[in-house]
Amino acid sequence: MKKTNGGKWNKYLVAGLLMTGLAVLLGIVGFFWTPYSTTAMSASEKFVGPSLYHLFGTDNFGRDIFSRVMQGLSTTIVIGSLVVLFSASIGILLGALTGYFGGILDEIVMRITDAVNGFPSILLALVLISILGNGKQNVILALGIVFVPSYVRIVRSEFIRLRDADYIKRARLMGVSRMRILFVHILPNIFSVFWVSVMIGFNNAILAESGMSYLGIGVQPPDASLGKMLSDAQGYLQTAPWYALAPGLTIVWVVLGFSLFSEGIRRSQYG
Amino acid sequence: MKYFIKKLITLIMTLFLVSVAAFLAFQIIPGDVVTSILGTEATPEREEQLREELGLNKPPVVRYFNWAGGVLRGDPGRSYRYSKNMNEMMPVAELIGDKLPVTLWLAAVALVLIILVSVPLGVLWARSASRSGRAAHFLDAALGVVTQTTMAIPSFFLGILVTYLFGILFKLFTPGGYISYQENFAGFLGYLLFPALSIALPKIAMTARFLRNSMLTELKSDYVRTAYSKGCTRRRVMYGHVLRNALMPVVTFLGMIIAEIVAGSIVIEQVFGLPGIGRLLISSINTRDFPVVEILILYITFVVIFVYFLVDILYRVIDPRISEK
Repeated sequence: MKKTNGGKWNKYLVAGLLMTGLAVLLGIVGFFWTPYSTTAMSASEKFVGPSLYHLFGTDNFGRDIFSRVMQGLSTTIVIGSLVVLFSASIGILLGALTGYFGGILDEIVMRITDAVNGFPSILLALVLISILGNGKQNVILALGIVFVPSYVRIVRSEFIRLRDADYIKRARLMGVSRMRILFVHILPNIFSVFWVSVMIGFNNAILAESGMSYLGIGVQPPDASLGKMLSDAQGYLQTAPWYALAPGLTIVWVVLGFSLFSEGIRRSQYG
Repeated sequence: MKYFIKKLITLIMTLFLVSVAAFLAFQIIPGDVVTSILGTEATPEREEQLREELGLNKPPVVRYFNWAGGVLRGDPGRSYRYSKNMNEMMPVAELIGDKLPVTLWLAAVALVLIILVSVPLGVLWARSASRSGRAAHFLDAALGVVTQTTMAIPSFFLGILVTYLFGILFKLFTPGGYISYQENFAGFLGYLLFPALSIALPKIAMTARFLRNSMLTELKSDYVRTAYSKGCTRRRVMYGHVLRNALMPVVTFLGMIIAEIVAGSIVIEQVFGLPGIGRLLISSINTRDFPVVEILILYITFVVIFVYFLVDILYRVIDPRISEK
């Protein structure tokens, strides 16, 4: 772990790492094992409040909410990661080509990027979902496409900054191939900037996914999803507030953890 | 003036391109509309008749111009799912007509809340950040934590929290007890206050943070030192000089988040059971009622583009330095 200028530990980085670490750990464990079955219903244990047996209580079917949150967390993290992977790799490719070569491709891609960037991401995702149909794969695809422009922009500006750097000019003189210059000489040098936007992108993907699942057009049952749990829980707000609080606070926890983490990385780099 | 005309032409071009994109997007969807309305057991004659009625047998370019002309005249086609009575399909315009004001008012109330709360909050925050002393330092840090947390709450969960807190615990409003604006306008606005608050809170946090940083940057400028050396009071420097300059980027920022406010209202309508276009959009996506989806997307895009246009113009009016460049 890096230290900040004053030699003190970076508070943001530590807090972010702890929060994110716990969430990711629960998500990974939840993928393989949950304390209770996520589908086992029990008529006698409806709406049991939080206790040591059921950490987050039980829902309207007597299912253990903690187990369901763990499973929902793993779905959310998997979707978030795949969305980031998809949009970041396309973003790197397009950003590298447009930034380094410029020209007509650059012009076209930038116009589209501007148009998409000015538009609320969830709305675009809704349009894509209405064309593609819902389901887990389509949510990943739709969000993946929606978030491409945000990466293109950052990668492009970094490539423009570096394309005339002395070491790149020298590499060109030495006859290094274009692909090698792009992906071996320039790409590793933009990662410090790129990481922060990947983290922000991950957060946006999680927020968009849970929002869409809440609206009923994202992840479909039987896949567990934090957003869907929230919309189920809303009707029981009066009798069982913990049912809504558990998935909701989990989303807040993950998003807050990641934004603290990215803020910590940013501060440890720039002091 | 020249700038204004140039902008206006770009605006019209953009609107045209967006309408073409919206039209094309819903042409490439697999599946036959006629079969999906009539079912698989309709006679070929009935299918042909419906195709004729909907104008589906014409070439795409003709259909685009018929559709776009309809949009301009305020008659953008018929819904596939909603029917007026047994034999007539519901016109989209009628479907949207009484839902649009709900969403627009919701967004407007949210915007007013954002401006009313975030500007004083941002000023207070910048003042505490620029002062030394324990209390000021504590306030600065506390506001940092609160805004960071608020920004991490997704709007729909915030809506649920607001419902729980103000609706169930404090009983300030009845969850789900929507009052229509035709019936009682004051009651309608009163009910909108809480959904609008759910949309506004994260944006208030963002805007206040933005204003704070903007003011802190301005405080380092030369003109601040000049003003002090000429004998201006701290208060006068803060409100007369710094705030006025710091507010300019905030205007652009507000313009940029209006798109998000509109998008946020789509989600929040679902949480509070408001009969606005957001709910219509979601249900139309679920039932694959494409003429309705198409129009709603187009409307929302128009609003967003138009707001960007207004912000561009407004920005030149309040900051003449830009047109000099």
